[in-house]
Amino acid sequence: MPVGLQLGYTMLTPNALSLDVLSNATKMDEGQRPIYLDMQATTPLDPRVLDAMLPFYTGFYGNPHSRTHAYGWESEKAVEDAREHIAALVGADPKEIIFTSGATESNNMSIKGVARFFGRGGKKKHIITTQTEHKCVLDSCRHLQDEGYEITYLPVNNNGLVDLEKLKEAIRPDTMLVSIMAVNNEIGVIQPIAEIGKLCRENKVFFHTDAAQAVGKIPMDVNAMNIDLMSISAHKIYGPKGIGACYVRRRPRVRLDPIISGGGQERGLRSGTLAPALAVGFGEACRIAKKEMEYDSKRVRALSERLLNGLLSMEHTSQNGDRNHFYPGCVNVSFAYVEGESLLMALKDIALSSGSACTSASLEPSYVLRALGNSDESAHSSIRFGIGRFTTEAEIDYVLKAVTERVGFLRELSPLWELVQEGIDLNTIEWSQH
Amino acid sequence: MTAIQTAARPESAQKVLSLYRQLLRQGNNFASYNFREYAKRRTRDAFRENRNVEDERKIQELVQQGLKDLQLLKRQTVISQFYQQDRLIIEGGLSGKDKGGKGGTMRQHEQGWD
Repeated sequence: MPVGLQLGYTMLTPNALSLDVLSNATKMDEGQRPIYLDMQATTPLDPRVLDAMLPFYTGFYGNPHSRTHAYGWESEKAVEDAREHIAALVGADPKEIIFTSGATESNNMSIKGVARFFGRGGKKKHIITTQTEHKCVLDSCRHLQDEGYEITYLPVNNNGLVDLEKLKEAIRPDTMLVSIMAVNNEIGVIQPIAEIGKLCRENKVFFHTDAAQAVGKIPMDVNAMNIDLMSISAHKIYGPKGIGACYVRRRPRVRLDPIISGGGQERGLRSGTLAPALAVGFGEACRIAKKEMEYDSKRVRALSERLLNGLLSMEHTSQNGDRNHFYPGCVNVSFAYVEGESLLMALKDIALSSGSACTSASLEPSYVLRALGNSDESAHSSIRFGIGRFTTEAEIDYVLKAVTERVGFLRELSPLWELVQEGIDLNTIEWSQH
Repeated sequence: MTAIQTAARPESAQKVLSLYRQLLRQGNNFASYNFREYAKRRTRDAFRENRNVEDERKIQELVQQGLKDLQLLKRQTVISQFYQQDRLIIEGGLSGKDKGGKGGTMRQHEQGWD
């Protein structure tokens, strides 16, 4: 079997393609591929972005840091144009955008960078973050804890939002950094970034936000929101995987200790040759996101309402997170009396996840939902639906029908569901001890 | 995938209408269901949005953009057909079968997962 078949695609020359198309024109199978509704994990690459990238995989292969010849200049020009598009999307200056390998690296760079630079003086040793952050922020903080820094993990309200009063109380004289994500990757709640930014600026604390799920989907402005450091990812906005950016404010200047040392590219903060094709794709994705934000958000909102109304009209279902402050493209719903993993198995024809892709391998219930005060059962039975630019109405209707049928089927199997139907409150039952 | 429709001058209206048809037809050639539907929807919505544009210069600008997008669609639909995946579960009616009739997307049989 050719390798192409095992990978799930066929590679054909133009000639072979036309011949095969003719001979197989009517031999078409029923659809087997699942519908993709996991846009928080990653998004498909927009064909317009691929079109911008391809020249840099074929003809323009120069090193953008080569200053002595035209191959270098053309790559450098393309990379700088891309930087401008990214900066324009978040209201920054192009010089403040540092290319990285993705939001995880940006988060590491920001948190460890600030901590190590300011920790050297020994005066500031405290960082504030929340319990619902992405794993890479929490893990960076845990790492710093081992190095002797003090970390406050702020609890969130049961709607997923940070309590500003609690944040204010948590800020100490030796606090150097507050890191709070803009849009949560599991429940989609939008934190009051502008208010948090203002509070941090008043207290002269640097403010880092992980905006991987927010940039390009909701309006973000680093100056209006007083953001000092921001992590951006390309593959969440229909760009290529493998590239991201970190916004690092210049005035007032945020100083970082770089993780990667080397040739001094990217203002010395992230050495290493840039990938021009990826950077160009990222820039094009940002340009399209800016141009299409209004159109896309209108559409995502309409689809999201259709999905939510359908799901919540089923009995014993509830949405996780604040209903008024969430990004409509991320819908997290709990189905009571159904086990989440078995529901995902029953929904094999839809690509869904019960939470972040990084933790989907383990059966442990989502720490984000537990931080909201959900019980383990409820955290286990929740599913995240991600809606994006390329989602269609037909897909949403198919998903609604499939979820309704299969949740009903799984509940019919459950003895607990029988008790609930008889009107017995499960919490009042005294199970016999053995 | 932006363009316009106008009745400012009959011949230019003809040209714009032809561009619209070409964009729709080209967009329909995406092998991927989601890209195909998006290309058609975005073309329709863009023309509808700009249907009342009167300014001659703006019309020219939009037509130029539309022509560029047509070239992009021509390239990207070919790429999309080279690297095809299985059909999505919801494509081609309830049975998922596409008989290869008019408007149906051409696909190979031996491809995809398992």
